[in-house]
Order: sequence, then C-alpha cells, then structure tokens
Amino acid sequence: MKTLFKRPESLTDVATHYCPGCTHGIIHRLVAEVIDELGLRERTVGIAPVGCAVLAFNYFNMDFQQAAHGRAPALATGIKRARPDLISFTYQGDGDLASIGMAEIVHAANRGEKFTVVFVNNAVYGMTGGQMAPTTMPGQVTTTSPKGRDVNDVGYPVRMCELLASLRTPGFIERVAVHTPQQVVKARRVLKTAFELQRDNKCFTFVEVLSTCPTNWGMTPFEATKWVQEHMVPYYPVQNFKKFEETPEVKAQVTAEPAKEA
Amino acid sequence: MAKVLMKGNEAIAESAIRAGGLVYFCYPLTPQSEVAEYLSRRMPEVGGAFLQAESEVAVANMVYGAAGAGVRAWSTSSSPGISLMEEGISYIAGSELPAVFVNIVRAGPGLGGILPSQGDYLQSVKGGGHGDYRCLVLAPSSVQEAVDMMPLAFDRADRYRGPVMVVGDGMIGQMMEPVEFKEPSFPPLPPKDWATTGAKGRKPNVVNSLYLNPAVEEELNIRLAAKYEKMKREEVRFEEYNTDKPYRALLVAYGTTARICKTAIAQLAAQGIVAALLRPITLFPFPDAKVLELGRKADFLLSVEMSMGQMVEDVHCAMGHEKPVYFFGRSGGIVPSPEEVVTAVKARLEGGKS
Amino acid sequence: MARVFQVTIEKNRCKGCGLCPNACPKQVLAMSKEINDKGYFYAHVVDLPACIGCRFCAFMCPDVAISIEQEDAA
Repeated sequence: MKTLFKRPESLTDVATHYCPGCTHGIIHRLVAEVIDELGLRERTVGIAPVGCAVLAFNYFNMDFQQAAHGRAPALATGIKRARPDLISFTYQGDGDLASIGMAEIVHAANRGEKFTVVFVNNAVYGMTGGQMAPTTMPGQVTTTSPKGRDVNDVGYPVRMCELLASLRTPGFIERVAVHTPQQVVKARRVLKTAFELQRDNKCFTFVEVLSTCPTNWGMTPFEATKWVQEHMVPYYPVQNFKKFEETPEVKAQVTAEPAKEA
Repeated sequence: MAKVLMKGNEAIAESAIRAGGLVYFCYPLTPQSEVAEYLSRRMPEVGGAFLQAESEVAVANMVYGAAGAGVRAWSTSSSPGISLMEEGISYIAGSELPAVFVNIVRAGPGLGGILPSQGDYLQSVKGGGHGDYRCLVLAPSSVQEAVDMMPLAFDRADRYRGPVMVVGDGMIGQMMEPVEFKEPSFPPLPPKDWATTGAKGRKPNVVNSLYLNPAVEEELNIRLAAKYEKMKREEVRFEEYNTDKPYRALLVAYGTTARICKTAIAQLAAQGIVAALLRPITLFPFPDAKVLELGRKADFLLSVEMSMGQMVEDVHCAMGHEKPVYFFGRSGGIVPSPEEVVTAVKARLEGGKS
Repeated sequence: MARVFQVTIEKNRCKGCGLCPNACPKQVLAMSKEINDKGYFYAHVVDLPACIGCRFCAFMCPDVAISIEQEDAA
C-alpha cells in the first residue's frame, strides 16, 4: 500500500471548531504540509490572530504565540529580530490584517521583515458574527452594512497584495485561492515558495488566500466556492504581485548563508 | 409609554440616539457588537452618522474629532477595546471634550474570555489612560437602568466637558428586559463656544491638550481636579437595600452582582440572618461617605465582585480600620450564584477571613 | 497492472460540508442519509472502483477526514 494522502504531522489530531466547509481547514492543512515537506516544524513559531483562527494553536503541532488583534506582524518581527534562526508565520483574517492591523502589516512589509504572512480573505468578519470587513465586496450585505457595502460611504474593498506590492522594499507577494482542487494545488506551491524564501532568509513573504465564509455569507459551502469564483476573483486577481529579485544591491544586504540555529 | 422587550446592547443604542448621541463610531468586539449592528440600521433612520472604524484606537480619535466639532459623539466597546481607547480618552479629558463611552466588560486580562466580568473597575475609576484625570463612571444593574443612564451620561459629559464611562458587563449587554424610554429634562447647558465649528466672525478655537509651559499645564490639572471635586459633591449615586432594619453584614456590590446579592439577602433572611446591600451607581465618584455610614452599623462589610477584588480597595479606603472589610468574588467570566454569596457571608459571620 | 485506490473517510470527523462529492470527477462519494456522532450527514464512498486516485476530495476536505492509499492489484 502506498499512501497518497494523509494528515500532515504539523497538524494535530484535534477536531477543529471551524464551521462545516470553512476554508480555514484547507489552508491550515496546506501550511502544515509545506512545513512538513521543508522539515521546518521544530523551528517554526506560528502566530494566531484574533478571529475565527484564534484557536489555531490547538490545530498546529508546533510552537505558537497568541497575538492581540492586528498585532501579529509585530510579534513576528519581535521573534525574527530576537531569533533569526526561527521560522515564523502569521495567520491573519480580514479584520486582523486589513483593518486594525493595517499599520503593523504595512510597516513589517516595508521593513522587509523576513517572516511569512498567510492572509485569509473571506470578505467578512467571521468570528464576531458577520460584520463588514475592509475586504467586503461592493453591495455585499453584512450585519454592519445592512443595505450592502456602499462604496460612496465607505470606499472600495482593500486589495492588500496590490497595496503592499507598491512598497519599494523587496518581497514575495502573491494571491491564491482554495475554492477548487486545482486552485488548492497552486496555493500549496505558492505557500511552499514563501516558506522556502524565509528558510533561505531572503525577504518578506505574503500569501493572500481567497477564502469562504459559508455561515456569514448565508450559503452552503459549495455555493460559497462558486461565490468566490464569481464575485471575488474578478476583483482580487489570483496572481503574483511581487517576486523576490536578487539584484546585486539586494544580494549585498541579504546574509550570505541561510539562517543557522542559535 | 409602553414597555418594549429589548437586548441590553440594543436598548443602550436606542437610548443614546434619543439622548442626541447621533454620531457613533465602533469596532466589532464580543459581547457588544450588537450595538454596532443595531446602529448600522438605525442611525441612518434618524439622520445620524455611523461608521465602523479600522480599530478602537481610531474610534476613540474619531469621537475626539466629532466632539471637538461640538457634536454629541460616543462609542461602545468591551475591555480589550476599551484599553485601546484609553489613549484617546486621556486626550479627550486633557482637551476638555465631552464624550460618552460604554464598556461591556468581559473577562480578562489580555484577550480573556467573552463572559461577564467586573475586572475593569480600577481601569474605569482610577483614570484608565495616562495622566491626571478621571471619568464620571456610571454602573447600571439592569437594562432599564442602562437606558436611563444614557441621557444622564450625555448631559454630564457636556456639563463637565469630559469623558463619561458607563460600565456594564456581558450579562447586561446580552440579556433582554422590558424597557421604557423616558425623556428626562436637564437644566440648560452652556453653548459649545469652544468647539471647532469654523472661525467665522470669531477668534479661532483650538482643541488641544499640549501645554509645554508647566505653569499652564498645572492650570489645566487644577481645572480638571476642580471638576472631579464637584462630581464628588454633586454626582454621587447609590442604592441602599434592606438597610431599614438592623443588619449584621453590609454587602457592597454593583451591576449584575448587586442583583445576585439581593437574592442572597432574601436567602439569608430565610435563615434568620439579616444582611443589607449598598449598590454604588456611580463608581466614580465613589459613595465613600455612605459606605462609612452604613458600614458602621454592620459587623463587617463584604465586597462582592466579578473579579479578584478591585472595588474592595475603595471600600477599605472608605471604612478605614473601623470595621473588617472582606471580599468575595468569582473570575474568568463566572457569575457567582446567590448560594455562593450566602456561603461567603455565613463564613465571615463565623469569624474567619475565608 | 490495475491500480486500486482505497479512500477512507473518518465518519465522525466529517462535518457534512459537501465539498468532497462536488470535487470528485467520478461520483465516488455522496452524502449519507444517516448522521454521525456530531449530528452531520457525513460523506461516504459509494463507488470505490470508479476512483482514479486524483485526491481532489482530500484536497478540498477542511477537516482532513479523508485518507487515500494505492494498492497494486496482482
């Protein structure tokens, strides 16, 4: 018997509290698979957000820190500056990263902090009951936009990849999706690239994942995957926005050798 | 007027609107997100302004801006969000702006839990943010009382030109009780001629809390202190319960905990033990004179709180060494049962600290 | 040599989200009319011989309830 698919070691056995069909489960698994494949589990510190994934530390089989709402990039900065040999990733939702944490993520990206960000974009605040997010689509009904997001009142949804890609500091910035098996395969490859770049101490890495929230969108999990394709993908293009380019100038600044253990 | 059955959070929202609190900024946070959700619907109906901000830090500063422009602005949050607002509240106090904040307290510290708590007492009454200031702090123990407090809060915020904090807890925010919206009247307020409404035909107004000249800064501090002295003379509010007969124990409790104590008092009475309750309604100014007066008639005082003991420090302060002051509480979001309070009272009666 | 695939779904881990039957190109899976310990209508294998080992079901399962093995038939 050859195993074609099984639970990754970097995931615990604990049944998650996520809603049926919530793509957090898929994304957790992809991150775990990549960490397993690269052999990084024992020197990785994950950072849990405030949001549905607040209990992520129960699902990943590795060291974790719980961050205050939006502050995960600051914690990751603290970890990487104090212990550059450790691998660190933040795992954040729309409110955590694009709302309250906007200053932290922009500055971490601008400083080129060498951790990996997994940004779960499902266009709504899930945990607190479905309020509007900076990423909520125009016209989308939420509990704090009962008549639909009015772009004349609160502006357009924020495209985080595009925003961060405008910074001069080198980095790896890409948007992926997980609403079909084909997209899941691609997402896994992109996450692997991001963690490899961190392992090799190259740059800031940011992976935005278009995700679903069946419960707060008011549809079945399968319908929610269709909604991503129809409504989110046209506005949030699934593509790379910044590749890490090792120019002579960058090469001179990046440490010559991959991070050593302390 | 007919009574309406409403959830605490929503009743507070409705009452604030009726009191003229037409500018509201917010950020979702359990257990008070329903205030925001209700107002996102209701505020446009009454021609007010509603905005969900990027964070509570932003919210407090939005309230500052709106209040500085002479408008009744307010916000709600819960413990971790209030911590973020405290910088803004300090600025609001220092700039002498009127503002109303409601804290639906949850378990802490840190991210804590979402269940009710009274662990923000010290934060609320001893300043909360940096610097020499206080908030007028009101503590409802029912949804009706919370509803009645909103017009009072807005009036006092304008009258004293400072922040007013209404301290509820997760229980009050979430439970549903019948409420009536009254229309209290207050003495006229002075015009807000200090507000930044556009310097047409007058000298410019500046809303500011920076005073580099220490003599001028001290003038502000003295001016603020005078407000708090006036509050201590004129704003103390409390309820005394079962004090009309001789009592052995004086319970001191506020908010949800006070209701539990009332049930405990009834249970104690059935066992032949008379206990009374002093329920502070203003946490600042604290009813210290009343605590002393009523405490003297008891064998001991018992401060009952949903915390590890915060108000008990003020009870101690008020009583001095005249009578023993004990504490009983539960934490973590646990609401004590009347039976637990009864046990705590009886244990002290038998002459022990535990 | 024919390839045979073994698809195992942990019944009580399944939350009945329905993503796996929709992901499967060969109608190997369907949602049961019975409920598991959590009260969900769980996904189960209804046509194993049709399985081509693409793993799309496992890719989409948020609860990692699916494991897949390959045996070489003699």
